[in-house]
Amino acid sequence: MTPVATLVTGSKSTRSTIALKMLMAVSGLIFIGFLLAHMYGNLKVFAGHDAFNTYAEHLRTIGEPMLPHAGLLWIIRVGLIAALVVHVASAIALTRRAHSARSTKYVVKKNKGSSLSSRTMRWGGLALFLFIIWHLLNFTIGKINPTGGATHDPYNLLVDTFDPSVWYISVIYLLALVALGFHLHHGVWSACQTLGFTNAASSRARAKDAGLVVAIVIAGGFALIPLSVLFGIVTK
Amino acid sequence: MNLTLNIWRQANATAAGAMHRYELAGVSEDMSFLEMLDVLNEQLNANGEEPVAFDSDCREGICGMCGLMINGQAHGPEVTTTCQLHMRSFKDGDEITVEPWRADPFPVVKDLVVDRSAFDRMIQNGGFISANTGSAPDAHAAPVEKKLADLAFDVATCIGCGACVAACPNGSASLFLGAKITHLGSLPQGQPERDTRVVSMVGQHDAEGFGGCTNIGECAAACPKEIPLDVISRLNKDLRTAMAKGY
Repeated sequence: MTPVATLVTGSKSTRSTIALKMLMAVSGLIFIGFLLAHMYGNLKVFAGHDAFNTYAEHLRTIGEPMLPHAGLLWIIRVGLIAALVVHVASAIALTRRAHSARSTKYVVKKNKGSSLSSRTMRWGGLALFLFIIWHLLNFTIGKINPTGGATHDPYNLLVDTFDPSVWYISVIYLLALVALGFHLHHGVWSACQTLGFTNAASSRARAKDAGLVVAIVIAGGFALIPLSVLFGIVTK
Repeated sequence: MNLTLNIWRQANATAAGAMHRYELAGVSEDMSFLEMLDVLNEQLNANGEEPVAFDSDCREGICGMCGLMINGQAHGPEVTTTCQLHMRSFKDGDEITVEPWRADPFPVVKDLVVDRSAFDRMIQNGGFISANTGSAPDAHAAPVEKKLADLAFDVATCIGCGACVAACPNGSASLFLGAKITHLGSLPQGQPERDTRVVSMVGQHDAEGFGGCTNIGECAAACPKEIPLDVISRLNKDLRTAMAKGY
């Protein structure tokens, strides 16, 4: 893009790149809220077969009879899909802007102030998107049991998925969690900065620490599940 | 010391450019980087070649005119401007790559010279306070809290060199913009136009074709005046406030 060489008039705050970043930040924070709730449910696996399946069933009956069966679940799903559309659309718009802002690349360019996680947001985000498609096929839409066993029982489907005989499925999940950890490490701090909460060195340091903690808690918490099945701690 | 220089040569704004290789002998470590380029240009002149065009003015690190991408870092390996970078930061036999700032809103004029008028237009579009001219008001007529006065002064050290844009992988001018918004937004004189200022300056930033900020911090690491990332958060906060007021 070449410079406009004139002064623009009638600018609106809502039409700015910063507004796009704010959409990205808020939709990302919605995902963090979802991930924490999702992780809580998943960790029920340590309470055993019945507790896990009761929780899964309760997710569908919650709010009844005021809400229809799986009503709350669908409200959450619609919200998450909307957040995903906003997050991806703003990411694409901002990435395209960034590319047209530097159409000629440097011959030599060093990174001096950025973390690895910050530089892998776009590819990491794409990897997570592909993973989510597989993850939904695995447990929600398609209910694919990699060992060929039954799919109607959530607990058993989980244990079968991470069975050592299909160890590569666990590897996919663990790699996705690494990507998620990286994405959250930069994403949490970046969201705080974009929303204007980090106006001093101390708050900036706290936001970066928060990113690290959220990344470790969420990626680590989820990783406990495939690891526990792989090492025989959680069994059918 | 003897150096090998890889320098971007481009005859004019529309010509295609390319990297050229030059050998330069007898460089003193006491020379500034620009003096080293002066020596190269004398050598090129003597050989009947076109000298390398580069920007410089004060050569004291305070005007913001000079700025080169040196070995992949804006203003080179030290936290300073290109004119205040000295050859003692390099060693004999080094190969040094010198490129212009790369950002489409900063088109190359010639060789290492880029047109940074986009920054001027951002300032023109709100980066000021409207005040009646006349005799200077008393210095204590508008009291300013010490903390805010210090903050405004610190960020006012931004010289608009463009290193933040050059270092940013998104070609964003958010650090420059944040410095200006924070400077005027911290002072009482900047309050009446605070909301309209941030909206029109951000609008100009976007129209110039600068990218969005991803908060990765390359800008602050490259800034010769060590402007911190805080100013981008303050910029975002000011825009959020203006948004809430419907601007």
